[in-house]
Amino acid sequence: MLLFLLRRLATFFVTLAVASVVVFAVLELLPGNAAEVILGDTATPESVAALQARLGLDRPPLQRYLAWVGGLLQGGTARSISYDTPTAELIGQRLQVTVPLALLAMALTVGLALTLGVYAAARHNRVGDVGVMAASQLGMAIPNFWFAILLILVFAVHLQWVSAGGFPGWSADDGGGVWAGIQALILPAVALALVQAAILARVTRSAVLEVMREDFVRTARAKGLSRRQALWRHVLRNAMIPVLTVAGLQFANLLTGTIVVENVFVLPGIGRLVFQAIGNRDLVVVRDVVMLLAASVVLVNFVVDVLYALVDPRVRLG
Amino acid sequence: MTKVTGATGVTSVMSFGGRAWRHPSFAIGGALTLLLCAAALLSLFWQPYPPAAIDIPNKLQGPSGGHWLGTDSLGRDIASQLLVGSQNSILVGVVAVGIGLSLGVFLGALAAARRGWVEELVMRASDFTFAFPALLTAIMLTAIYGPGLFLSIVAIGIFNVPVFARITRGAANAVWARDFVTAARAAGKGPLAITLDHVLPNIANQLIVQATVSFATAILAEAALSYLGLGTQPPQPSWGRMLNDAQTLMFQAPLLALWPGAAIMLSVLGLNLMGDGLRDLLDPKLARQR
Repeated sequence: MLLFLLRRLATFFVTLAVASVVVFAVLELLPGNAAEVILGDTATPESVAALQARLGLDRPPLQRYLAWVGGLLQGGTARSISYDTPTAELIGQRLQVTVPLALLAMALTVGLALTLGVYAAARHNRVGDVGVMAASQLGMAIPNFWFAILLILVFAVHLQWVSAGGFPGWSADDGGGVWAGIQALILPAVALALVQAAILARVTRSAVLEVMREDFVRTARAKGLSRRQALWRHVLRNAMIPVLTVAGLQFANLLTGTIVVENVFVLPGIGRLVFQAIGNRDLVVVRDVVMLLAASVVLVNFVVDVLYALVDPRVRLG
Repeated sequence: MTKVTGATGVTSVMSFGGRAWRHPSFAIGGALTLLLCAAALLSLFWQPYPPAAIDIPNKLQGPSGGHWLGTDSLGRDIASQLLVGSQNSILVGVVAVGIGLSLGVFLGALAAARRGWVEELVMRASDFTFAFPALLTAIMLTAIYGPGLFLSIVAIGIFNVPVFARITRGAANAVWARDFVTAARAAGKGPLAITLDHVLPNIANQLIVQATVSFATAILAEAALSYLGLGTQPPQPSWGRMLNDAQTLMFQAPLLALWPGAAIMLSVLGLNLMGDGLRDLLDPKLARQR
């Protein structure tokens, strides 16, 4: 196990390092002169030179790369061009919206998917099963941003229960509060959860069906357990391994999904930040946010792999 | 001998067609996909109105005989924009899946044929590429080069490469372990000839199924990018951008937000169902298990 952990940890760090090189190369080296890209075609040579000096673009690439990575590791990031604030501070503020949104969406996804998946498996090939499978086909086909728009159409425009977007903030001093904050995140979380839940419900269903065919389940039934008892005591526990793996991998999808959905609901999260940064040609913010998101995907994959190996010894031996 | 093979070949194709259209998922999915293709083909020759024709006096009209699905904020005909938008979706799907298929199958087949460090390298590289979902790649590229259809197709295509590489390698490894490959090697065939003659034909089914599913994912990804303004640019109509326009007019014309979303949903649903159906039909073993 220790050897597996060490090998996996090494891969994790190498992947992160390669990702940082790619982000750096694409956003700093590929454009030639980043200062020209940021200022646009109308910039004077003097202003380009000034920005170059401010961003440290006159230094050799290796030095710039090391300074950037060193800054990320120590939390001392560069200043955003359009906000003139260190990107770590900007990102920190925005994560207060994105992280709760992603967690809420994940909780909804898992809750919905487990309920529907187990229900469908228990009624294999009957009306309930067919209904859940048909609904999940639809769920997988609906773009999350369209579903978000439809939710706004129904709950904000028609019923007028919630506002069509925006975020009041977590503290009562800003006119928001914990409850108001959660309320503003409910519709976006539902929009994010739908597609993910549709996929995860299918995984749950087939995992449960597979375990139900195992010998130990037949033994449990022969021992006198009812179908329901066998399902709860033996099947679910064993079916959870593939379900949790897929759920972990979906967290990565969810993070990129937030970029789109935050823009539909005008939520001041990471996705909105990076989107506005593109509009402002703020390459410093784009670079750091893309790195953060890529690193989260890599981290989640790593954690899923390790958990998987903890639960299933065959993985670490193979 | 040849006659017999020929006869069974024809019968199997015919019986496959017969079975396919009796398979509910494939029949529904195939019909929806045909509809998408027909819409794109039709729009090449005929549209009710030129999709970019602005007609301010007739703006924001509801569905009527003149404008089947109504008009948008500039009086442009929605039905025409939807029809022409289907070309866009098909273009993105074909090119993005084409990039993923050609590079991914090449890398996956190479990994399976060479094993050892080549396989390790290809697999690590595909693990790595998964850290950059299409949206992230598109954001990086757009930040430098500005938004555009080409870049969004490239971003989606890059993301498809490891998807196909993994499937190809997994399936190809299984074929390489079969007896007829050992026989071919004993007969003196090289890795390239074995890959072309034995491996690829035997994994084609799995690749076709994946291509169908990836096509659907590509349509979804392009719609999201266009919605954000990072994909297709005006005046070229695209379903994603139509939804963005519609969102600003939700209070005046809620119907505008329905049509493009429904078009995306039906296209994706059709391709996904067709993929499911093909999987059952091409791999009867799997179908029996379900």
